[in-house]
Amino acid sequence: MVSLAELQAQFGSGIAERTFRDNRFIDVPAEQLLNVLSALKTQFSFNMLIDITAVDWLDYEGATDRFSVVYLLLNVDSGERITVRAAVNLPDPALPSVCSLWMGADWMEREVYDMFGISFTDHPDLRRILMPEEFSAFPLRKDYPLKGRGERHNFPVITRSEG
Amino acid sequence: MAVGLPENIFITRLDAAANWARSNSLWPMPFATACCGIELMATAASRHDLARFGAEVMRFSPRQCDLLIVAGRVVMKMLPVLQRIWLQMPEPKWCISMGACACSGGVFDTYAVVQGVDRFIPVDMYVPGCPPRPEQLLAAVIDMQEKVRRTGTIMGREFVSRDTSTGPSPFDLQEQYRIEDSRLVQLGGFSAAATSTAEGDA
Ligand code: SF4
Repeated sequence: MVSLAELQAQFGSGIAERTFRDNRFIDVPAEQLLNVLSALKTQFSFNMLIDITAVDWLDYEGATDRFSVVYLLLNVDSGERITVRAAVNLPDPALPSVCSLWMGADWMEREVYDMFGISFTDHPDLRRILMPEEFSAFPLRKDYPLKGRGERHNFPVITRSEG
Repeated sequence: MAVGLPENIFITRLDAAANWARSNSLWPMPFATACCGIELMATAASRHDLARFGAEVMRFSPRQCDLLIVAGRVVMKMLPVLQRIWLQMPEPKWCISMGACACSGGVFDTYAVVQGVDRFIPVDMYVPGCPPRPEQLLAAVIDMQEKVRRTGTIMGREFVSRDTSTGPSPFDLQEQYRIEDSRLVQLGGFSAAATSTAEGDA
């Protein structure tokens, strides 16, 4: 079991812990994210990165930051799981890439970039992964309208006589 | 008969002969993108047996087909593909829009889903349902045969006059009203062309 005290001794008191039922969440300041994650991987054997995703807290009651990026980790040997969260804000939300720790982070970070517009520094190939290249918005941001900004309308209309 | 034709010869119009042949051997292009595609397969399978109506030869190359069956939702990224497939099909050709999604977007009124393929390609027959039962698709194919027999010409002359789109316009004012999110207007996200059409209608 990784204990909060151990992490705080190493990385200072900016690290906070929260539990819900038997799930543990650790909040990490963005500057320390890469160090904490690499310590979790090397010292505490969280050798598998399950997923990276993000939350947009726009208009959420009591929220102080705009986005949280969420890392779900698993220790394959002991079955222990932990969730690490880091907050980022506009205008330029960015975090260090963890591709150097877990290769599988490559596409996960591309998805977060595609959907939320959060960029990852030192990512080997940060392109959109789901939306077309020319798409200009980030559709999972809460201020993006559900029905789009006209993207689905801008195609030529083919009539019967020309087709 | 005064002319005295032998028994195995009869007279008809060339158009009617062509229609008879075409309507009884429609070659569908299955554009199956979602759950409706499963029902399309069921229609072609043994229980419902599309072969009874001469339309069993599903070809996966549009160049060999004359009946496009759009079965399933079409997303924004897929629409250029659908248009290209339609343009690749040789004349004469027809289109069936199968299911709520292909006809109108169905329940998927989101930024990524095209709200009905008839906004962007011509559609001859709509099949409602989510998904339509195979019987409904069979009925559509039979109606399609009837349409081919009634309107078809050997040179495809009936298509020349259809030079305006009959579907809803790609962007209509009502749709803008349906968009509840007032942030959309604040952010000025609409393209200039779409906005000026909306003002023109108002
Ligand atoms: S109409 Fe219903 S069954 Fe057909 S593609 Fe849409 S959701 Fe699926």
